[in-house]
Amino acid sequence: MSPRRNERSLVRPHVVTGGRAHPTRNVFDLVTLVIAAGDLPRAGLSPEKLRIVELCRGGALSVAEIAGHLGLPVGVAKVLLSDLVDSGHLTTRATAPAAQQSKVRLLQEVLDGLRARL
Amino acid sequence: MDSALASDTPYVRDSVRTAVKVLIVGHFAVGKTTYVGTLSEIRPLRTEERMTQAGASVDDLAGIRDKTTTTVAMDFGRLTLSDDLVLYLFGAPGQQRFTRLWDDLARGALGALILVDTARLKESFAVMDIVEKQGLPYAVAVNHFDGSPRFPDEEVREALDLAATTPLITCDARDRRSSTEALISLVDHLLTLDAETP
Repeated sequence: MSPRRNERSLVRPHVVTGGRAHPTRNVFDLVTLVIAAGDLPRAGLSPEKLRIVELCRGGALSVAEIAGHLGLPVGVAKVLLSDLVDSGHLTTRATAPAAQQSKVRLLQEVLDGLRARL
Repeated sequence: MDSALASDTPYVRDSVRTAVKVLIVGHFAVGKTTYVGTLSEIRPLRTEERMTQAGASVDDLAGIRDKTTTTVAMDFGRLTLSDDLVLYLFGAPGQQRFTRLWDDLARGALGALILVDTARLKESFAVMDIVEKQGLPYAVAVNHFDGSPRFPDEEVREALDLAATTPLITCDARDRRSSTEALISLVDHLLTLDAETP
């Protein structure tokens, strides 16, 4: 059983990333929240990067959501997002929660939030 | 479609600073996609990694109800839990061959909810192996299918070789309340584990 073919992307991922399989920085988790930063000139951005910047202008989305909305494999999305953070077009919102706040408090907040939905 | 993307994209609230994830794991056609769809506040999304591996084993089609496509990648959804916090649910493939995908999924995950079908309990062994190998704490939820045999909890526990402390819940992946309760059992368990290991 092969993965459903992605109809939205006509360009091979390898081409989209300029042949790179790994992002310039390794900070992206699937749930890292990304948002557009300011209004930098977009001249010179590839069509895929333009689509990402365009999408992220509306508000924050996770790496997985950006990949899902644009029909990009997650690995490819990470490479492009990393470039766009380097170039200043995008920025990440503080995540990596476990390090900053107590794990117990975080879990309690998750639990309270779930219980409130019942 | 793409031109209208920004206008109908449900963005994460401005006040949200923390995003966490829980994995919804199970074998082929156990109800992961349904479960994520039931709880997600956004239309569930799917991402697909391109699998270049040739000759990968074909999923077992025995005993499948109304399922014509295989979930080879991840379906995921989102729940806003407070002004500050969102939870992502990732339906994770139960096939061991997606190692890279699994490393990515497990990194930073709070834990996993393993969905099982009592008619095909044996198929959950491989799934549980992956979750345990990744070192993820988990709870087990029997997704009750119409027509699947109902067994006493002790028998399911024994069949799956569950630790006495591992929560075992019955849920209906189509039902929001019962699916939420399964997730609550998991997080409750995670809190207990965390309290035990400071």
